[in-house]
Amino acid sequence: MAVNEKPENAPEHCPGPSTEQAGKASACQGCPNQNICATAPKGPDPALPLIKERMSSVKHKILILSGKGGVGKSTFTSQLGFAFSNDENIQVGVMDIDVCGPSIPKIMGLDGEQIHQSLSGWSPVYVQDNLGVMSIGFMLSNPDDAVIWRGPKKNGLIKQFLKDVDWGDLDYMLIDTPPGTSDEHLSITQCLKESGIDGAIIITTPQEVAIQDVRREIDFCRKVKLPILGIVENMSGFVCPNCKGESIIFAPTTGGGKKLAEDEKVPFLGSIPLDPRIDKLTKSPQDKYFLPSSPESLHNFLGLQTSIKH
Amino acid sequence: MADTLATHLAGIKHIIIVLSGKGGVGKSSITTQLALCLVQGGNKVGILDIDLTGPSIPHMLGLDGKQVHQASSGWVPVFADENQNLCCMSIGFLLQSKNDSVVWRGPKKNAMIKQFLTDVCWGELDYLIIDTPPGTSDEHISIAEYLKDINPDGAVIVTTPQSVALADVRKELNFCKKVKLPILGVIENMSGYVCPHCEECTNLFSTGGGEAMAQEFGVEFLGRVPIDPSLTIMIEKSNDDNATLENELIKMYTESNLYKVFNKITDKIVAKVTT
Repeated sequence: MAVNEKPENAPEHCPGPSTEQAGKASACQGCPNQNICATAPKGPDPALPLIKERMSSVKHKILILSGKGGVGKSTFTSQLGFAFSNDENIQVGVMDIDVCGPSIPKIMGLDGEQIHQSLSGWSPVYVQDNLGVMSIGFMLSNPDDAVIWRGPKKNGLIKQFLKDVDWGDLDYMLIDTPPGTSDEHLSITQCLKESGIDGAIIITTPQEVAIQDVRREIDFCRKVKLPILGIVENMSGFVCPNCKGESIIFAPTTGGGKKLAEDEKVPFLGSIPLDPRIDKLTKSPQDKYFLPSSPESLHNFLGLQTSIKH
Repeated sequence: MADTLATHLAGIKHIIIVLSGKGGVGKSSITTQLALCLVQGGNKVGILDIDLTGPSIPHMLGLDGKQVHQASSGWVPVFADENQNLCCMSIGFLLQSKNDSVVWRGPKKNAMIKQFLTDVCWGELDYLIIDTPPGTSDEHISIAEYLKDINPDGAVIVTTPQSVALADVRKELNFCKKVKLPILGVIENMSGYVCPHCEECTNLFSTGGGEAMAQEFGVEFLGRVPIDPSLTIMIEKSNDDNATLENELIKMYTESNLYKVFNKITDKIVAKVTT
């Protein structure tokens, strides 16, 4: 969180870390934070107004979150993007802020694509006319290159994705995130605070070890006041392609996503079975396996408040 | 810091870091299984969980809700078995409630990792296994930096067979090269699932990708671990409040099929670090 409020153990007349007097007032003498307060940049982030302006042409912003990795955030984001863009009147953008492990280029069939620079900023890579994609994966000279960045550099890139990318008018912006509750998540929620985020879709798998991390993510959403659109349970059950017998691979020992949604009082959007065909998605990403295909029913599925305007 | 850390960790013979660029591939379950196999082989083992925003180790070892104790020499790790051969440290033990989120940016995470290294009294250990979060960012840079002068034995890289996971894991291999962390080998997890009805093996996430990648990068392929729902069940049993000694994870695990598979992998790792 931005350090806007006085810490609990601050000296008695602490002027507040983000004020003009920070680090300079007499109360600051001897405070261990004096140096940090005196040198930290004051006032709001200069990037915020630029982001707000750029984002004013984006109607709905949806975050895809999960505390746990490998549960299908990127797969879901990609499927949702293709499902929305089925209607050619709807403009969709997919932004991948998983800086260290971008999966969106591969999952959406865009391996090896490059970003183009124009006067109005970076142009997203278009899968089809109404579906633009932005990911750090498009900026690496070799796809195997590791992006060995600490937090501040990751935050800088996320800000750039928000203010320097020429998204144009979008009906939906879907934001795919890395696992966890750290730099990327804080940055995206802070940067988009003023523009407003419709909410987060939380992805989980049925087993308790994943649910634990997802509960933490829900706690994060509450802490940063991010609305939760609902929970999707992925990889629930498996139908053997040979004998059609069903089996449970990741056992929902504590009730799975449904129970989690009930406990946390958020909508349960549905469950998606494990499907070995999913690996073929990277070759034909447009194949849809599990989402409603009309944008209206999708809209209802997500329970978005405002209706789609053509 | 380097000197004091070296003396502090002097009682530890081998340090192994479990890494993967991809999340949810089984880093924590591989860490747990490696630890159980090593303990069964007569070693004293410690696990350090540096996944600060998504710690899974406490649950994996049936230690949900346990607390860390403070002694004059530092934090006492939590023991997972009766004979005190397996101990672990995780931020999960420091949270008020297991559902609390840890919303920290990089510098705070780095400080915590440093504290885990300098303030936990591990004592004499044959192996310290470090479980990490996915990615190549703060936690990874920090742990590699802090341990640089102690020369950890190396990293075990975990992947699943499908191309999307491999793409991220290749980045992790390049990370190891960049920070000069030796690679002990690659384990392919979730490799195939045997249908309980017809015994047909389905490659849910395809197969063979891990081996091909290991070859390409010139590192050892340590083996495949199949998807086995019984591991989840064992873990849940050991987390049960009424768990008896019969339900101790290590007892159940050594009787399972997974133990046979994983013991071979463990032998390869042991051979690598002891020669």
